[in-house]
Amino acid sequence: MSVSVSTDAAPPVLEARGVTKVFGGLTAVDGVDLEVGEREIVGLIGPNGAGKTTFFNCLTGMETPTSGRISYRGRALSAKPHRVTESGLARTFQNIRLFPNMTALENVLVGRHCRTSQGVLSALGRGPRYKREEAEGRARALELLEFVGMARHAETLARNLPYGDQRRLEIARALATDPGLLLLDEPTAGMNPQETASAMQLVRRIREQGLAIVVIEHDMRFIFSLCDRVAVLVQGQKLVEGTASEVQQDPRVVEAYLGKPADDG
Amino acid sequence: MATAVADRLQASFSQPVRLAVGGVGAVLVLSGCLLPWATFFFGFPGKVTLAGFPGGSRLYPLLLAAVAPLLAVSVEGRRRAGLAAAWGIVGITAFNIAAIGFGRSLPLGLLEERGGGGLGAVAIGAWLTLAGGALLVAAFASLRADDERPFHPRLPAPLELLAIAFSLGLILFAVVIALEVDETSRFISLVAFITVASMALARLGVFTYVTDLFDRHRTVTLAAAAVAAVVFPFTQGGNAYWIRVFASIGVFAAAAIGLNVVVGLAGLLDLGYIAFFGVGAYVGALFAGAARTTVHVKLPFLVVVVMGAVIAGLFGVIIGAPTLRLRGDYLAIVTLGFGEIFRILAFNFDWLTRGPNGISGVPDLAIGGYNFGATNEVLGFSLPGFANYYFVELILLAVVILAFTRLNDSRIGRAWIAIREDETAAAAMGINTYRLKMLAFGIGAFMAGAAGTVNSHVTTQVSPDSYGFLESILLLAAVVLGGMGTIGGALLGSAALFIVPEKLRSFQDKRLLLFGIALIVIIRFRPEGIVANRRRQAELHDGDPSSGDASGAPPGAAVVGAVSR
Repeated sequence: MSVSVSTDAAPPVLEARGVTKVFGGLTAVDGVDLEVGEREIVGLIGPNGAGKTTFFNCLTGMETPTSGRISYRGRALSAKPHRVTESGLARTFQNIRLFPNMTALENVLVGRHCRTSQGVLSALGRGPRYKREEAEGRARALELLEFVGMARHAETLARNLPYGDQRRLEIARALATDPGLLLLDEPTAGMNPQETASAMQLVRRIREQGLAIVVIEHDMRFIFSLCDRVAVLVQGQKLVEGTASEVQQDPRVVEAYLGKPADDG
Repeated sequence: MATAVADRLQASFSQPVRLAVGGVGAVLVLSGCLLPWATFFFGFPGKVTLAGFPGGSRLYPLLLAAVAPLLAVSVEGRRRAGLAAAWGIVGITAFNIAAIGFGRSLPLGLLEERGGGGLGAVAIGAWLTLAGGALLVAAFASLRADDERPFHPRLPAPLELLAIAFSLGLILFAVVIALEVDETSRFISLVAFITVASMALARLGVFTYVTDLFDRHRTVTLAAAAVAAVVFPFTQGGNAYWIRVFASIGVFAAAAIGLNVVVGLAGLLDLGYIAFFGVGAYVGALFAGAARTTVHVKLPFLVVVVMGAVIAGLFGVIIGAPTLRLRGDYLAIVTLGFGEIFRILAFNFDWLTRGPNGISGVPDLAIGGYNFGATNEVLGFSLPGFANYYFVELILLAVVILAFTRLNDSRIGRAWIAIREDETAAAAMGINTYRLKMLAFGIGAFMAGAAGTVNSHVTTQVSPDSYGFLESILLLAAVVLGGMGTIGGALLGSAALFIVPEKLRSFQDKRLLLFGIALIVIIRFRPEGIVANRRRQAELHDGDPSSGDASGAPPGAAVVGAVSR
């Protein structure tokens, strides 16, 4: 993964302006702005139904925003998921969406799809270029499995992997698309404390590789010890954005999660 | 109920008692099969009134009794294998008793040509065999399921190659024998025999062993399979009948493999697939210089094949462009509609297709002055002209199989499988799902088109009725029955589609009923199809110890999930 050194003039990795998504009469995402800089880890929190996942879907082209502008490194993003991934955004899913009947290695190889180019004829002909690309793809996929710590499961079908490994495999698959920005949707949901700790380690190591990361999470300890910046989404709108401590101390955030304190006077 | 009885018997006898029961059972079966099964001759097939040799269906219980020695050797899977064979003896014998006694009055006109005379017509041999089979059931049922050691034979390489040659030779031999069985009752007994014998072998792990063997010696296996396929016409003694049937199987298998790309790999349920086959057939007939045609141009055969394939492929893309934006059930319904449109157009475009009359009188192929209709003498064997077409099919099939395997294991194939597994996730991983689905549609149509052009020469005429909804469904059924996503499945399914109706002549109009029943039985008991996809098989026995505590779904659910997807 090559790292481009950011200068002051360089555009941010992700710039979302006024992203709005309306479903019928429901405004799921309402004019959200978000900026992510190089090698930044940004947390996205908020109560259930706040529109966090819908916001992710808008970023990745899985939903077309009703209005708003999204650009990646200064270039506007297409509304087609595969084009967004080609541009350099990769994501994982809240409810794991691996290819269950493919092996772990094959899952990661699918992630290489948009960075390789061998078509039908070269697959039929199996010339030297096909073989070279296939071998390189395999090597890269194994490297990524190693990176997330599951090289020994390369030949296991995704469906037979333990839950935590499935989450890690999803990350490896996303990394295989050579992204500049990784969007993680609740990466530690359902994990025990040890697994959460190792997931945190993994996210840090991904950042060290030069990636920027946006993460949706309900585990506050995870968010506040990992993120450079945290944005709080409530009912589709961005309520607060700031450093971990700023957000933690903001009374509006507490109120959004727990409701108004009863008048104890 | 049968399993309940068997379970109650589990671990009930001591070993000597068990051996005695099983021994008596085996002797009864052996002697019963050598004694007459019918008291007087009334034309029941297989000379069952004669003693001293196992004629007719008597052969099958006799062969199944070969499991008896398993009672004495501790081998993994022997209880279930023995039970399959023993129940097979009971079932086949009971069926034949019914056929001999009441053949004419069985439901569905099962054996309308023969049988009758009541139980008085059934001779002692049949009863002895039945009793022997029941004793064998009891003996095997009394085994403890866990009282078994795994059996992993390991042979030196030359012997392994010999085993491959032997297995394929056995298959060819079985096919040749099976084709000679003409009478309905004998054919049903034979199918029952093959089924239970395969179950017994599978439960003993023989199939796993042989598949593994084939896998490790791929080239040898492929070469041997090719030799077996080439040798087949020479076994027919100059008779064209079965060569003709096999040529048709070859064509349909090629189309089925094309459908396998669409349904098995990319997971797109296409209910109008036969239309592409029809496009190829029409192109093939129109440009072959048929007697009654509308296009008076005759092009060389190879050009026509490519043309038929390309035009069918274009149709695939044209139909795919609007429909492939749909998913699942909606796609299935729309493809069904397009299939019907093709048939109706073929009916009404008289100026091109000659409407319901179709294009007929498609001449024999002639490449370089060599007429494919001519009979040949090769090494003293007489080969009917049809063998030429059979060989053309073989080449077509070989090309299609090669294309399928190479695509399956490639960047494109992985993308297709990913789309089948989870289209949304596939798109999120940078796959242009629309384009790849279109590609699958186009390639499937291309293969069907090539098969169709060849088929127009096999059938010598092309008419719209041959490419209706029913044909699409039958082809799909062949793929599902045989095993989705596998070559062997497509071959076996197509073969079943053609051979079984040929054999069950007395069923004629109930053919589809039987096919439907077979489909229900297969989907209920072996949802992955007769030849399982390795992916689906791996789900069942994933031997990775570190994933043993996986929280995943149980294997049964996995199979059902994979099929219902």
